[in-house]
Amino acid sequence: MSRAPSVARAIVVHLSCTLAMLAPITPASAHQPGASYLEVELEGARAQVRWDIALRDLHYALGLDRDGDGAITWGELRGRHPAIAGLALAGLRIAAGERTCATGLVRHLVEHRGDGGYAVLRFTADCGARGPDTLEYRLFATLDPSHRGLARIAANGRVTSAVLGPDRPALSLAAGARPWTAVATDYAREGVRHVWLGIDHLAFLVTLLLPAVLLRAGRDWVPRSGGRAVAIDAVAVVTAFTVAHSITLGAAVLADVSLPARPVEVAIAATVIVAALNNLVPFAPARRWLLAFALGLVHGLGFAGALAELGLPAGARLLALAAFNLGVEAGQLAVVAVLLPALYLLRRRPLYRPLVLGLGSAAVALLGGGWLVERAFDLQVWPV
Amino acid sequence: MHRRGDSPWRSRCQGVLTAILAWLVATTAPAAPFVPAEDDLVLERLPRVAVGLGTGQQAAADVGRGALSAAIARAGDLIAAGRAEGDPRYLGYAQGVLAPWWDETDPPTSVRLLRARIRQARHDFAGALEDLDAVLAARPGDAHAWLLKAGIEQVQGNLAAARRSCAALHRRMAPLVVATCASRVDGLTGAAGRGYRRLQGALWRAPSADPAVMQWSLGTLAELAAALGDADAAERHYREALAAGGRDVGLLARYADFLLDRGRPAEVLALLDGETRADGLLLRLALAERVTGSPAFRDHRAELAVRFEAARQRGLRAHLRAAARAALHLADRPREALMLALDGWSIHREPADARIVLEAALAAGQSRAARPVAQWVQANGTEGEPLRALVGAVLGKGAP
Repeated sequence: MSRAPSVARAIVVHLSCTLAMLAPITPASAHQPGASYLEVELEGARAQVRWDIALRDLHYALGLDRDGDGAITWGELRGRHPAIAGLALAGLRIAAGERTCATGLVRHLVEHRGDGGYAVLRFTADCGARGPDTLEYRLFATLDPSHRGLARIAANGRVTSAVLGPDRPALSLAAGARPWTAVATDYAREGVRHVWLGIDHLAFLVTLLLPAVLLRAGRDWVPRSGGRAVAIDAVAVVTAFTVAHSITLGAAVLADVSLPARPVEVAIAATVIVAALNNLVPFAPARRWLLAFALGLVHGLGFAGALAELGLPAGARLLALAAFNLGVEAGQLAVVAVLLPALYLLRRRPLYRPLVLGLGSAAVALLGGGWLVERAFDLQVWPV
Repeated sequence: MHRRGDSPWRSRCQGVLTAILAWLVATTAPAAPFVPAEDDLVLERLPRVAVGLGTGQQAAADVGRGALSAAIARAGDLIAAGRAEGDPRYLGYAQGVLAPWWDETDPPTSVRLLRARIRQARHDFAGALEDLDAVLAARPGDAHAWLLKAGIEQVQGNLAAARRSCAALHRRMAPLVVATCASRVDGLTGAAGRGYRRLQGALWRAPSADPAVMQWSLGTLAELAAALGDADAAERHYREALAAGGRDVGLLARYADFLLDRGRPAEVLALLDGETRADGLLLRLALAERVTGSPAFRDHRAELAVRFEAARQRGLRAHLRAAARAALHLADRPREALMLALDGWSIHREPADARIVLEAALAAGQSRAARPVAQWVQANGTEGEPLRALVGAVLGKGAP
């Protein structure tokens, strides 16, 4: 056929070429070329494998639609199970050192995914004495060079993911897992960063701590006498804030909930104003811990938004969440540790109440008001 | 004083906890694999265009080192199938068919043209243009190369170059193709009215054009009408376009956007019922489901998130605009949406790319970040709402 292309063939070539060339002018509507999903769980010397391979890809490789009606049925698929297992197992090598691990019987299932039907293969690779250390992926490497295997490797409770294809077929299972300490350090650092850069959280906490070195007496404040009472008050406020924002942060992240960023940010600005006003016109002077708790719930939603934008590593969500939260706590405790002794030393100065508590709180209220307007109406009020 | 101060917090607190409970309840469980009980259960439907394509093993047998023309024909069919279905795996198959020549620095010109097409679809515009320039150096009058080049220059926002490439098609392609190419550029440079009239005239003169070309032209006419604010004409042309040719997911996606913009999500649900395969259609479906409060919304949003994450892991770039729209309008994450949209804008500059940048920036309260994009749209004179209103909103605020 190729030696003597007919006129009809030439016309087909021309037409399909025109069709093909029109495409750039219309936007692409799907974005991911073919992929299979490979889940490998390492247990000692064995690897449990679940492998989801698109039926469209298997059809292109093997021709599954026997009656040519455009539909692949379970009967048609079942008849080709040996060929499918042969193709798949030739495209995957799990090895311990030089030795290829023996694969057991393949169980065939199917699954519907949003992007089509998938054949699901389950099997065990047995590596004998020692655990597998290498995985090589070559499925469809010649039929579709853009095909990739999206692999998830679970070992000792940790999960790593990798994209495997002709340009990078091999994955080292031993070094594949990132140590959990590295993940934890990353997220803890991000937690600290978020508190220190997002000064609204700090403004809120500092404002609540300003009166900790004082005692409400009638319509006035008097300096507390001992450090013990100051510490109890400060610990109550900080703990309440921490518990509250941990609750909403944890709930929002674990439930995989995304809140609209804007209302949350507006609400956080409002909490700053409320905290500052409570210093100027105290409506809950002795129960600032309660205020810290109630409003801290809102701040937790803000932290959740920040964490959501970072993304959580698959399989280490709890670890990352805990590390991020600890980072947040460490960041705020560092500030408290510097601030509180200073306030304690200053508390008897005559200017503490008018200047630090009064003017300071007024400035924070103003700052919070500016944030509120900025975030609610998308305006630039403050230069930063 | 205490009581009065306490109660609003308590109610706010209860509100937050109620909301959290609602989310906890609404989490979704993924489908589990199973062994079907019946042999005639249909597990997958192949696109009509793919049924006659044969298998890759047949292709490998047909296409030897010496069988260039067979490979070219097969790759062209596969690319056309990918376009109709919006399924990029067919582009990968086409690459596989062209494998013997793919990695050559100077492959045969006909291979280079198809390689350019595949690279373009993957948003590797630099690689595609390099191939096209080589094709045009060898065959200066190659109309297909000029058409593809015009399309790339247009989505890159290189509109003066796109106009020149469209002009090069003159007398090398059917007048309707030339007119459509030029009218698209008109629509982006403040001359949508002229483009509409030009294209309408060309359609009059070509009543029996190739169905795919007809569909493309009518779809362009609909976009121009929408940019001119004539929703009735746009509606009519979209329907004509859908009826004119075979399945085209890009056209379906744009018609769905048109309906969404007009506040007609129920019609999008009907138009895209069951269209979960192509990301672009699933996105529009989820957008409509959110507005109508459909129960399938959460599953579809989660499915899109999984696919965009996979695309990100693979280092792909063609998904950025859709991912930005999902982040902003499905997940309410304007800052994330803005980053994705700006990333997309750096490689792809159509009105829809500008629009999502502006929307995300306004929602994130970072309109400054979108000022260069707004100025770019203004300088080109691109018409159409809501783009113009968004440009006004961005440039009206925070001005020095």
